[in-house]
Amino acid sequence: MTATTLPVGEAQPSQPSDTAGAVRRRRGGRARVLLRRVGFYLGTAAVAITLNFVIPRLMPGDPASVILNKLAQQSQVTPATEKSIRALFGVPDEGLWQQYLHYLAQLAHGDLGVSIAYFPQPVSEMIGSGLPWTLGLVSLTTVLAFLLGTGIGIVSGARPGSRFDSVTAPLATFLGSMPYFWVATMLLLLLSVTVPVFPSQNGYDLGLDPGFTPAFIGSVIEHGFLPAVTIIVSSVGGWLLGMRNMMITTVAEDYVTLAEAKGLSRRRVLLAYAARNAMLPQIAGLAISIGTVVGGSLLAEAVFAYPGVGYLFYQAVVNLDYPLMQALFLTISLSVLLANFIADSVYVLLDPRTREDA
Amino acid sequence: MTSLGNTHKNMPANPHENSPGQDVLLDVEGLSVDYGTEADPLPAVSEVSLRVRRGDILGIAGESGSGKTTLINALLRLLRPPAQVRSGRATLYPRSGTPLDLLHADAKELREARWEQTAVVFQSAMNALNPVSRLSAQFTDVLRTHRRMPKSEAREHAAHMLELVGIPAARLDSYPHELSGGMRQRATIALSLVCEPDLLVMDEPTTAVDVVMQRQILRQVIRLQRRLGFSVVFITHDLSLLLEIADRIAVMYGGRIVESGPVGALYRDPRHPYTRGLRDSFPPLRGPMRKLNGIPGSPPDLRRLPPGCPFEPRCPYASSECTTAVPELKDHGADRLVACVHADTLPVPTVGGRV
Amino acid sequence: MTVSPPLAPLTPSADRLTWRTALRRLVPANRKARVGLAIIGVYVLVAAVGPWIVQSLMGLSPTELTGDVLQSPSGAHPLGTTQDGSDVLAQLVVGTRTSLLVGALAAVVSTTLSVAVGLIGGYYGGTVDSVLGALTNAFLVLPGLPLVIVLAGYLRGRGGPFAVALVIGLTGWAWGARSKRVQTLSLRGRDFVVGARLLGESNLRIMLVEVLPNLLPVISATLMLSLVTSILAVSGLDFLGIGDLNSVSWGTMLYFAQQRQAMVAGAWWWFVPPGVAITVLGAAAGLVNFGIDELTNPRLRGAGGKAAKTRKPRKKGVR
Repeated sequence: MTATTLPVGEAQPSQPSDTAGAVRRRRGGRARVLLRRVGFYLGTAAVAITLNFVIPRLMPGDPASVILNKLAQQSQVTPATEKSIRALFGVPDEGLWQQYLHYLAQLAHGDLGVSIAYFPQPVSEMIGSGLPWTLGLVSLTTVLAFLLGTGIGIVSGARPGSRFDSVTAPLATFLGSMPYFWVATMLLLLLSVTVPVFPSQNGYDLGLDPGFTPAFIGSVIEHGFLPAVTIIVSSVGGWLLGMRNMMITTVAEDYVTLAEAKGLSRRRVLLAYAARNAMLPQIAGLAISIGTVVGGSLLAEAVFAYPGVGYLFYQAVVNLDYPLMQALFLTISLSVLLANFIADSVYVLLDPRTREDA
Repeated sequence: MTSLGNTHKNMPANPHENSPGQDVLLDVEGLSVDYGTEADPLPAVSEVSLRVRRGDILGIAGESGSGKTTLINALLRLLRPPAQVRSGRATLYPRSGTPLDLLHADAKELREARWEQTAVVFQSAMNALNPVSRLSAQFTDVLRTHRRMPKSEAREHAAHMLELVGIPAARLDSYPHELSGGMRQRATIALSLVCEPDLLVMDEPTTAVDVVMQRQILRQVIRLQRRLGFSVVFITHDLSLLLEIADRIAVMYGGRIVESGPVGALYRDPRHPYTRGLRDSFPPLRGPMRKLNGIPGSPPDLRRLPPGCPFEPRCPYASSECTTAVPELKDHGADRLVACVHADTLPVPTVGGRV
Repeated sequence: MTVSPPLAPLTPSADRLTWRTALRRLVPANRKARVGLAIIGVYVLVAAVGPWIVQSLMGLSPTELTGDVLQSPSGAHPLGTTQDGSDVLAQLVVGTRTSLLVGALAAVVSTTLSVAVGLIGGYYGGTVDSVLGALTNAFLVLPGLPLVIVLAGYLRGRGGPFAVALVIGLTGWAWGARSKRVQTLSLRGRDFVVGARLLGESNLRIMLVEVLPNLLPVISATLMLSLVTSILAVSGLDFLGIGDLNSVSWGTMLYFAQQRQAMVAGAWWWFVPPGVAITVLGAAAGLVNFGIDELTNPRLRGAGGKAAKTRKPRKKGVR
């Protein structure tokens, strides 16, 4: 939980003679660190794109033919559609390298094929309509869970063994152990089936026209509530324990003791000195845990039939809609990488020592 | 440290009734600190009494584990569980304001006295400065808290303090990791003096820097101390270093003060065998070369202290007397106190141990 | 020059570990970790002998379709029956075996991979390490579940639950590889490794005989945790209906319970037991994890009850 993604090496004390030089060097260091991160994430994106290429070709049989047969059962398959499916899922008698180039060219055009289940809808359109729902749900709940868990972690880590801590720490362990789909199922049972307070499926009341009307927005909040609570309940425990343990470690640091000896208010000692430092591994952890949260939200969306990419993914797998499935895999992976990159960049801004990290 | 008076040991602190005189800044009596639980206490500091005079530098020397750091943490109220004060009292008599009962002051009194009256410099400056904030923030927050200074004025004052220890004012905007080790330590010293405290506690402030930097820092401390008039409690395991700067020395062993006195006399003629061993195990910073001898054995296990003198198992002069009772810290004339039954009969040191 | 001889090492763990001493040190000294391990031990016991007890001794079947449809718990069916009339207790116990076996396979696969990658990267360093490190980081930040779902989507239950286990194992090794790399890195410069190298021993032998035993505590910890996370992942797939629906596991129990509207019917005995089984196992892993944190970070130790105990008798205002 407390491991960091970033190679935060020992800082190198530099001795620039003037402040202007120091500032220049500092900015240069920061740019270098960011550049390295960009490189890493581009490389990882290449891994994801290549995995997306390799997986269907590793599977027994010829997925492309299977898909084309299925499409043919529904209607006439145009040559363009056949070409794109072939590029994405494999051409039996073409060399792998050749296939890879065709595949990349296909991606560059943004053509991810057509859906089998919803033929002839292009999968990119379907993903486009689902992405905002998931993006909104995951980013909102991640930020809330992070703030909530970190906030409570500060309080319980500042006084380990206190009554507050002895309630929250075990509770967090327990909450963090509950799988997402189980929390979702329980919430559905309690607050939708047994006591029908919240709707059990969809992202909004289907009788309403989507738009920025109070009724529609209210309906979105009502429908998103249980999925959001699911994600927050399942992920808040990890943030809480991580922050608590880091606080306990940090509070014993000399600089916190010195802040106390300086006669600063307890609030300032805990926030500006202890929590400010204890938070760094949390931010680094944010990058790694985004993948887990996205995975969990896929399950939660499936339970609540929430119209995001998670539910789409679930339907794609159940309906054997391979073009949609692969495209979703790629989209979700790349989105998670982007989120990771943002979290990492925030880290670099928050920890001055990473600037010197050559 | 001139008197040990244990008459008021168990009475609530009432500094006015028991005022020790105009020239005393800090008066500690019978201070004991335990580690661990009530059922299984570990005596880290036992019955320590000492006085710090205004403008004096008191050195406290001892090996690691002798209780010196625990002692000052208790005085500064920085002990963390499971360490806790078992008994004793400590009163600070600031130049201005009323005497402060250090061990019983409430949170508010304590916060107000901190840095205004007592300040501290830790051993490792790398760890003592907040790694994620600039020096300026770490200087100004204390000024804004205690002096309600506007930000610009606080910055100006901080820059002035940095320059006092030889750091360019531009460094205010640096982060700790951008400074060299010696600079960081000097910055923490500047930081400790921003509110002109009456008492500055320095816990091995030069252990982490090289010898050249050590001398430079010590000279600076003495210069500032003469200029600003604060008192210093200086903790170190290096007795010879105290010879350079201290007015008086207290030597701790096994959580107790075993000898104290004016620096010259104590260094020339240590009356406690442990002081003698400690002196002979460090080369003097200046002066003639001398043969170095370590003290055989290892520091006492506080869990299994011998019934008699804690130093007895390692002491070359130990006799049967030493195994029965802990020797009292007795007046030995000339402002000196020694806790050793052989203090009077200890052979006069052959200063000619020189090589 | 020295005042006193240096203190003896606080713990004998400063020494190198051989296979024998390493095995002896596997029982953690931490209470939380021990409780967590004990709970996991109970699960293993149930998986080992439970199916025999419920099937042979109690005569309950997890798959037999009886006329006792959707019955609440009774003497004949201690945890009631499903809509098909199958016994829930029998399903739960047999499901424990399935889930644990699948989880164990996945854990062994991912731990083996993580040891190989971590050990080789940490031991050789240089370019090998950079490449393996980048690969590890890539798999660390790529979301695991979508990858698993895609692969399981192609498998469609083919190859049974163990194919799913393999997939989970192959995708979940990155986290463990990191910790093993760090550990190996710290061992690389130690005397006994350098000594073995100077004696001309082969790299493979040094890795297996000198370094590997020292990784054993880390390996056992990640094995335990990846066992539990794998079980959770498999359960998630089964719950979605994209695992092997022919097997009886906690996940498939929940899948069928949801498909057959057990919640609407109020048949709590059907879906609560598998959920509780998963949650308690997850909590046990949480305890182990917490305990390991305390063991590796001494400052967390005694942050619990001990501090509270000593605070009470302290004098007013003395901290």
